[in-house]
Amino acid sequence: MSRRILAIWLVRLAIDRWRQNHQAREGQGADTTPLALIAETAHGPRIAAANAAWLEAGARPGMMLADARALCPMLATAPSDPAGDLAFLESVALWAQRWGPWSAMDPPDGLIVDITGAAHLFGGEARLLADARARLQARGLAARLAIAPTAGAAWALAHYGPDAAIFHPDDSLDELPVAALRLDPDILLLLRRLGLKQIGDLTGIGRDALARRFRTARAPAANPLVRLDQLLGRVPEPLLPVVAHHMPMVQRRLMEPIRHRALLDQVVGDLAADMARVLEGLGMGARRLELGMWKVDGEVLVRRLEMAAASRDAAHVAGLFSRKLDDLDAGFGIELVRLRSPWTEPLTLSQADLEKAAELHGTSLAACIDRLSVRLGADAVRRPVPHASHLPERAQRWQAPLAPEASSQGELAFHVRPLKLLDRAEPIAVLYASPDGLPRRFRWRGEVYEIARAEGPERIAPEWWRERGTTRLRDYYRIEDGEGRRYWIYRAGLAGDGRGGMPEWFLQGLCG
Amino acid sequence: MNAIPVPLSRASAWRPGLASNGAEVPRHSEVFAPASEGTGAALALAFAQDQLAIDERPWLWVQDKAALRLSGRPYRPGLPPALRHRLIHVAAKSPEDALFALEEGLRCRDLAFVIGELAGNPKALSFTASRRLSLATEKHGVPLWLVRLDARRDLGSARLRWEVRASPSAPPRWNGQAPGAPAWRAELFRARGHPPGEWILGEEGEGLVARVGGWPSTGLGRAGFGLGTTPAQAEPVEALAHG
Repeated sequence: MSRRILAIWLVRLAIDRWRQNHQAREGQGADTTPLALIAETAHGPRIAAANAAWLEAGARPGMMLADARALCPMLATAPSDPAGDLAFLESVALWAQRWGPWSAMDPPDGLIVDITGAAHLFGGEARLLADARARLQARGLAARLAIAPTAGAAWALAHYGPDAAIFHPDDSLDELPVAALRLDPDILLLLRRLGLKQIGDLTGIGRDALARRFRTARAPAANPLVRLDQLLGRVPEPLLPVVAHHMPMVQRRLMEPIRHRALLDQVVGDLAADMARVLEGLGMGARRLELGMWKVDGEVLVRRLEMAAASRDAAHVAGLFSRKLDDLDAGFGIELVRLRSPWTEPLTLSQADLEKAAELHGTSLAACIDRLSVRLGADAVRRPVPHASHLPERAQRWQAPLAPEASSQGELAFHVRPLKLLDRAEPIAVLYASPDGLPRRFRWRGEVYEIARAEGPERIAPEWWRERGTTRLRDYYRIEDGEGRRYWIYRAGLAGDGRGGMPEWFLQGLCG
Repeated sequence: MNAIPVPLSRASAWRPGLASNGAEVPRHSEVFAPASEGTGAALALAFAQDQLAIDERPWLWVQDKAALRLSGRPYRPGLPPALRHRLIHVAAKSPEDALFALEEGLRCRDLAFVIGELAGNPKALSFTASRRLSLATEKHGVPLWLVRLDARRDLGSARLRWEVRASPSAPPRWNGQAPGAPAWRAELFRARGHPPGEWILGEEGEGLVARVGGWPSTGLGRAGFGLGTTPAQAEPVEALAHG
């Protein structure tokens, strides 16, 4: 059985949403006068969406606000809100799962619902479409709907086909314009210049010619052949479904506002225990926790906590939070405390009491890193990982201690590297240099060093693809002085390389 | 501080590889080193590799801000190959934070060992703080090497206290002009259960070796090098019991 996909195009999503926010019905109240939602662009304000009254007056979305004002001086404007529209679309996508088991967003203003095997619950596909239309209308959303075997065909019919179209496998889409293929504007322009106006024109050309013409276009939106295959179901088109996410939350309303730390610690401990119970029921552990405290005077204090590994140990969580509450200003008192866990991970029922176990057997690594990063900051506890670069200071990077190490090419150990690297290479003053250019005596941090043995040079060229052309190459030497102190020094540049004056010397590393 | 010299048998003298022979080695050591050298951390790592069996647990390296500024950050390509992928580094802002991190590290059963680096003689590192670290190492069994950069020999409860500075290295086999494998002149000036002494320590092949005097300064390679000085036979330069 083939798939059946319902495509919903919310034709005037931004305007419908604005109208809902202002409690105006269509064609009444604030909607009777011309209104435009404007977006700030690099060339000044531009109209993002306009209501029916304004569209009748001859405007179109995308025009500059100044031009629109010239057409219609009494135009009312409001700022557009693309992020809010997207969030609204997401909630509508979840709501649309009433017609099918999963749904996906098609930004900026479309929805895709998989209704395979579900249409009979509504008494057939035509009745399903009528139900969808009625419900969307009740929400004040203008929509165009279509049902087809593939997402591409459903989208094309919703946007360019007859209203409430139901596509059957033996129907043809040849009459639709090429814009129904979801292509980029420049590709559409190209097709129009080639005289290809309808989808049927494309199928008449032959695959080889199309494949040759668009052989460099990898993105589906730039390649009509890929879009055509998606439309006809010849290649799969994965969509990212919207999944409702349940966020575990516990809260305590307090009879009497609390102003003292000991009481707050008690409440946080109780909440942590509640949260542990909730998480245990879900078989999850918290990675991130948010503690919100509502004050009597209307302010909200939020403290966030992130843990290196999933945990639902109440004493551990309470202990971590207690370090974050030191600088809290309770003001006139806190009346509501809420603990949420925005990020959870599956955790099987195994973990025992961390605090008591810590006294007896020591803490686990994850708990130790949690304690360290809560007090010292997440940036203070890190792990070096190799990075593909020739430059010594770029050859290692720092990442979170428990994050997995990215795979990298094994380094070739031709040269000995120093044990420690200074954060900034420190300049050294050469007091006496041997004829081959290596200093015999130099001064660093006010002390004079006499070089007894040296190995080098190891020449490391600058990374020209990343740095400016005037960056100088480096000649590294591993040296040892008369007392046995071992360092890693380099000369930046060569005499007469045309990138600055005489080369300078730096000390970068301390060997063991 | 004892007026009567304690007779110490030679069997109790410190020597490399003591832990692998089954002897009890103190778990809290301090290494005093100049801040302009990498010797302190290098010797601490050499001790760690000498004492501990190879395992795959991570280890912790804690530095306070002054130590980081004076002697630099650990550099992964230069670390010993067996240790480089297991390092977790803590950059503490103050000595207090560094001591907190050290103690948390010592309480963690998943760490192989802990290395701390503190510059100077901070007020936070009092005798009490030092004692706390000793107790934590003994309770949880995680060894600690605390590197003290440019520090006075103040009061401390470390079981082994070393003073180290660089020593000329043995010339490598193929290029006599190049610096060789690291060598250190280490003085054990206070120890519980071991007489004090001074050694030249170096990494030879797989493990740590001690020598009296120094490496042969001339000649190609290791002919005659280490003759008769297996680790167990190494003797201190001066096996004096500090009164």
